[in-house]
Amino acid sequence: MQFDQLLQYAVSGLSTGAIYALIGIGFSIIYNATGIINFAQGEFVMLGGLFTLTFLDLLKLPVWAAVPCAVAASTLAGLVFERLAIRPLRQPTPINLVIITIGGSILIRGLAMLFWGKDTHSIPSFSGDDPIAIGGATILPQHLWILGITMVIVAANRFYFYHTISGKAMRACSYNPRAAGLVGIDVRRMVLFSFVISSAMGAVAGIIVAPLTMTAYDVGIMLGLKGFCAAIIGGMSSGIATVVGGLILGVLESLGAGLVSSGYKDAIAFIILLLLLFLRPQGLFGKRESERV
Amino acid sequence: MYVRLAALVAACVTTILASTVFAAAPIKIGGLFAVTGPAAFLGEPERNTAKMVIDEINKAGGVKGRKLELVAYDTAGDATKAVQLATKLIKDDKVVAIVGPSTTGESMAVIPIVEKEQIPLVALAAGSKITDPVKKWVFKTAQNDALAVGRIYEQLQKQKLAKVAILTVSDGFGSSGREQLKAQAAKYGITLVSDDTYGPKDTDMTAQLTKIRGSQAQALIVWGTNPGPAVIAKNARQLGLKLPLYMSHGVSSKKFIELAGDAAEGIRIPSGKVIVADLLPASDPQRKSLMAFVKDYQNHHKAEGDHFGGHAWDAVMLVKGAVERGAETPAAIRDQLEKTKGFSGIGGTFTYSSQDHAGLGKDAFVLVEIKNKDWVIVK
Repeated sequence: MQFDQLLQYAVSGLSTGAIYALIGIGFSIIYNATGIINFAQGEFVMLGGLFTLTFLDLLKLPVWAAVPCAVAASTLAGLVFERLAIRPLRQPTPINLVIITIGGSILIRGLAMLFWGKDTHSIPSFSGDDPIAIGGATILPQHLWILGITMVIVAANRFYFYHTISGKAMRACSYNPRAAGLVGIDVRRMVLFSFVISSAMGAVAGIIVAPLTMTAYDVGIMLGLKGFCAAIIGGMSSGIATVVGGLILGVLESLGAGLVSSGYKDAIAFIILLLLLFLRPQGLFGKRESERV
Repeated sequence: MYVRLAALVAACVTTILASTVFAAAPIKIGGLFAVTGPAAFLGEPERNTAKMVIDEINKAGGVKGRKLELVAYDTAGDATKAVQLATKLIKDDKVVAIVGPSTTGESMAVIPIVEKEQIPLVALAAGSKITDPVKKWVFKTAQNDALAVGRIYEQLQKQKLAKVAILTVSDGFGSSGREQLKAQAAKYGITLVSDDTYGPKDTDMTAQLTKIRGSQAQALIVWGTNPGPAVIAKNARQLGLKLPLYMSHGVSSKKFIELAGDAAEGIRIPSGKVIVADLLPASDPQRKSLMAFVKDYQNHHKAEGDHFGGHAWDAVMLVKGAVERGAETPAAIRDQLEKTKGFSGIGGTFTYSSQDHAGLGKDAFVLVEIKNKDWVIVK
């Protein structure tokens, strides 16, 4: 086993992990604001990638214009989803909501299949495909984009939740929606807002990975599950813990595929998920229920 | 009494009338295609082609004065549905032969029915188990994986590359390819130094490729269908992997070049001859059929004819050939199908016999290389 090889496993794992982290944060934002696990999160990842394709190919927009348009379009989809599927519910028990998000994800996937077809599509990289060497390992410029954008988003999240009124209000809703309502916070608006933020984040994740992984109507399932896994490792925090969770997952997958057997790559992720749910449901770093943010 | 007699006479007359009508009626061929569902990429071009070919045959006056009629159903890639529809074709529509189904799973499910009802079936799926062991009423047109593996190994042997790494997708297509790759290696003096897999939905295969880079391999064979191999091509380029890269016929379409972009350059693929029809030498026995099919499909569907459509083209033409040689009943069609010799179609040159209902040889595949986003035949 050479050092070069290990370094490559680590680097590959980190760049995949960053994607998981970004999707995972989307899960935890909605969970923290509403107590729902939004299983349609993966579909927004898919929508981001496919909308970018549409804006690039059909409307012939340049990349820098297509990306914001695609994020806006997916966010709109998230908003409509909350309005039509989540809000009208008479008795919003968690189990009802979870089932609705699963149903919603199937619907979104079906519509995407009708609209974009079943083919896989590729999107050009943001800045070329020439590999960059780091020691004996190589990464692509797109990986740097992924790592950079993930960091920016995590920082922006942190700022929003701790230093803005609206972010603090959303945290208040997560601790106790009734009390938050009593002090004048519009809880329903906060729920809507959480869907908007997380669908936008999912879309960003979908767009920045599409040049590497390609995109199709059904990419959301696996990416969504991996993101969920990252969020569980991070104890459903919308901050750095989920990012670390995603990175751990990515690196373990990559090391598992390289050192043990590539057949077990997905098994590794789901074994971690199950173990954590059994042994440490509060996440790897969580201590008490009330510290979850 | 008289009433009964009258009824009997009436019945006789109708039967006679019906049978005279029947004699002039078209010959009914059943079609089972997975037009929707996960295998729609197979079923759709197959149905389109079968319809197109039968229309052309009828326009040219039919076969020996009789028209052909296609009764086509959509199985949605579902084996249970395929079985029901096969029964319907046989019992209700009274077809004399069936073309399809599109996938190996469906074909295996339908086989017991056609064997029992004694209706010839020309399957369009690739799985070698469809005709191995030989079943009396079952034929197929798609090339076996084994032939594609043989074509790659032949080339590796010629270039004296004996240490090979394989990376296969963990689904039906990949595991069948993996079996063949392992089974045939010794025959060509090849050792598999690394045997890895990836999931059909995986998005990063650098870990497997890094492992392969660290092994003794002199060439890498990737077995899968889009998009996995395109991701692997990109990953290999990222890692600067210098090994000659071979892929399966599962990606021998323009779609792969489109997905993999620059990373596709130099990759070699065993492929049916459809995609390189215009590059074939004039002496190639399949050239005439290929050019006719590609041009026809272009005219009708504004898209390039592909391998899958080609399987249906072959199946319909094989049945037509049997009818031309005088067969009209299912049993006679079966016997004539088995006597098919040197029929140059789209998938290859078919010669069926009582021991071989797949009918193709290694010449069904050519080795192509991707150069400047297009195919070149490797000599």
